[in-house]
Amino acid sequence: MLELVTFSLLNGVVYGLLLFMLSSGLTLIWSMMGVLNFAHASMFMLGAYFSYQLGRTIGFWPALVIAPLLVGAVGGAIERFGLRHVHRQGHVGEILFTFGLAYLIAEVVIMVWGRNPIENRVPATIDFPAFVLFGTRYPFYKVLMMAISVGMFVFLYLAFKRTRVGLVIQAALTHPQMVSALGHDVPRVFVLVFAVGSALAALAGVIGGFALLTEPNMAAALGPIVFVVVVVGGLGSIPGALVASMLIGIVQTFAVALDYSLLDLLRTLGVSLARSSPFYEVCAIKVAQAAPIIPYLLLVLMLILRPKGLMGTRET
Amino acid sequence: MNRRSGAPAAASAPGGAATDTVRRYRSWAAAVILLLILPHVPGLDSSFGRSMLSQMGIAAVFALSYNLLLGQTGLLSFGHAVYFGLGAYAAIHLMRAINGGLPLPMPLVPLAGAAGGLAVGLVFGAVTTRRAGVVFALISLGVGELVFAAMRMLQGFSGGEEGITADRSHGPRLFGLDFTSQLQVYYLIAFWALVAAALMHFFMRTPVGRMCNAVRDNPERAEFIGYSAQRVRFTAFAVAAMFAGLAGGLHAINYEIVAAEAVGAARSGTVLLMVYIGGVSNFIGAILGAITITWLQVSLSDYTAAWQLYLGLFFMAIVLFAPGGLAGLIMMHAPLLRTAAFPGLLRAYAVALAPAVVMLAGAIMLLEINYRLSTQPEAGARITLLHVSLDAASPWPWLVAALLLGAGFLAFRRTWPGVTAAWQRATDEAGTGGTP
Repeated sequence: MLELVTFSLLNGVVYGLLLFMLSSGLTLIWSMMGVLNFAHASMFMLGAYFSYQLGRTIGFWPALVIAPLLVGAVGGAIERFGLRHVHRQGHVGEILFTFGLAYLIAEVVIMVWGRNPIENRVPATIDFPAFVLFGTRYPFYKVLMMAISVGMFVFLYLAFKRTRVGLVIQAALTHPQMVSALGHDVPRVFVLVFAVGSALAALAGVIGGFALLTEPNMAAALGPIVFVVVVVGGLGSIPGALVASMLIGIVQTFAVALDYSLLDLLRTLGVSLARSSPFYEVCAIKVAQAAPIIPYLLLVLMLILRPKGLMGTRET
Repeated sequence: MNRRSGAPAAASAPGGAATDTVRRYRSWAAAVILLLILPHVPGLDSSFGRSMLSQMGIAAVFALSYNLLLGQTGLLSFGHAVYFGLGAYAAIHLMRAINGGLPLPMPLVPLAGAAGGLAVGLVFGAVTTRRAGVVFALISLGVGELVFAAMRMLQGFSGGEEGITADRSHGPRLFGLDFTSQLQVYYLIAFWALVAAALMHFFMRTPVGRMCNAVRDNPERAEFIGYSAQRVRFTAFAVAAMFAGLAGGLHAINYEIVAAEAVGAARSGTVLLMVYIGGVSNFIGAILGAITITWLQVSLSDYTAAWQLYLGLFFMAIVLFAPGGLAGLIMMHAPLLRTAAFPGLLRAYAVALAPAVVMLAGAIMLLEINYRLSTQPEAGARITLLHVSLDAASPWPWLVAALLLGAGFLAFRRTWPGVTAAWQRATDEAGTGGTP
């Protein structure tokens, strides 16, 4: 039992931190520009593919730096040359632009790397156990994932609180017109935030690509979950995104490990349900099977009951 | 966006009312005749053509129901397939019951789909329409994922990925119809599609429909004149869900199988694409979009494996350059038809078309070569495009394609000012007295 709890907790934290890397950029983009960026998870996917391609020629460590920079440039270009022009069509136009972009990026990935998952293995340089726990070796790359995401949180936090750009961004979150009137170039801040957000998502992709399957569908699979994190954490709140990511990461990992159903619960309470009962099928679903539903349930409930999210300052 | 919604009100001014009514009935009568003869038109009179027409009919009802949400009420939904799919499940379960001996004629099955869609729409709508805008979009996304995951879990009800099947030809007959031929299925779908389209058209003209537009354009003012924006949204949502369910019921009859993908995000995305490409808040636009996208899905996929890429590019081009959609483009040209400058505009279009075709040819060549090499590496580097055989291993096809793309783009940029000038002349003329 202790072993199960420890490993579920560890894996949950790793998954949660990965979600945080993805959602921290999205929450900034969203709260500043009001854009529900469907293409954000696509940046994650591009990060995984770019690092795979670069890693084959220049090695893992340089790829870890260069792939996010490239994707950051792509993100900045998307804002500067695409999103900015759709802006005058209002929010629906912007959302549809990113929606179409996500679709298009997946198709381009298929065109370049094919439809099947690529063999994105953990490179030999970081493929060794970090420590041994309960007789199981814990891989180093997962520890690296944790270290990078924690480092990123600290970096973002300091950049927000201590630098001039961070202060401008914070101000532009709530009062873009005022910030613009004070002589700051708000559109340039938008490009910067979009580029940095994309780069962070790509960084998550570089490391997350090993843990998850690197395939053209990965953005579509992860995208909605990232929205859940942002909504649950609260719009524009980096600490909120961290808390929500950890919550969802840990809850989902634990749910996957639980092999019980309502039927088992009823049985321990002394109630037995006939196989012919209309509720039998619903009650027979194991918690592990229901795990994919949990984040969306959380999203819907949160939006209905508390649209501010856990730590948000304003409504979605 | 609401270019069209104001027009009927202006047209029903005294004197114009009678001709407007005549014109309206005339267009519905034309629609009936068109639907009757379409499956006998050469080219469409095969089983393939009729099956495509059936799919278009289903897609048109689904797109029109989505248009009630996005176009009329301003609710951007990413989970509209939930109501389509659950309606389809309601219909297929009824079909199974009919197969089992329930004395109900098959042509009424789509009503079960509508009832199913309405029931689910009432339940989900009650909680999701409290807010509009981004919150609604997100909740609809969440509900969509939720229902999709639930359908995959409830194997007994949904059959999961494999789906559940029924037999449309096995049951009590109405007018001797046994639905063993695609033609009969087509006429059934055409009948229900026409009924649904007429009802939705009518709904948009009722006071509730008008309030939907008001809530879309300015919810605050709608509240000030005494309407609850939430109730109006809820009503529109339930009605849209009902018609989506009807489309689902038609889907069940047409395919005789419903699987979990019927409620999936891909289908929700497709209907959004249809309505947006056709033209948001335009009745004809939604139908146009449904027909175009279905045709692309059915037909283009025969010619190229990369059809989804082209669909994505097409969608992006509409979002970036023609936010009114195809119908918007047509509406822009309608007042110019009778101007003296119109032939000049056509000439300018023709001049710009040549380099555009060259540019497109280059782009398509590049995409096709790339797509083939990465998705079907086992097929080799020999590629046949439009009866021309190319060797993608040599640099020549790449060079030629890049050259076509670049030269076409440069030439296109040079012809574009001519188009804008001609456009300006035509609109000036239309604006200074050319309008009827």
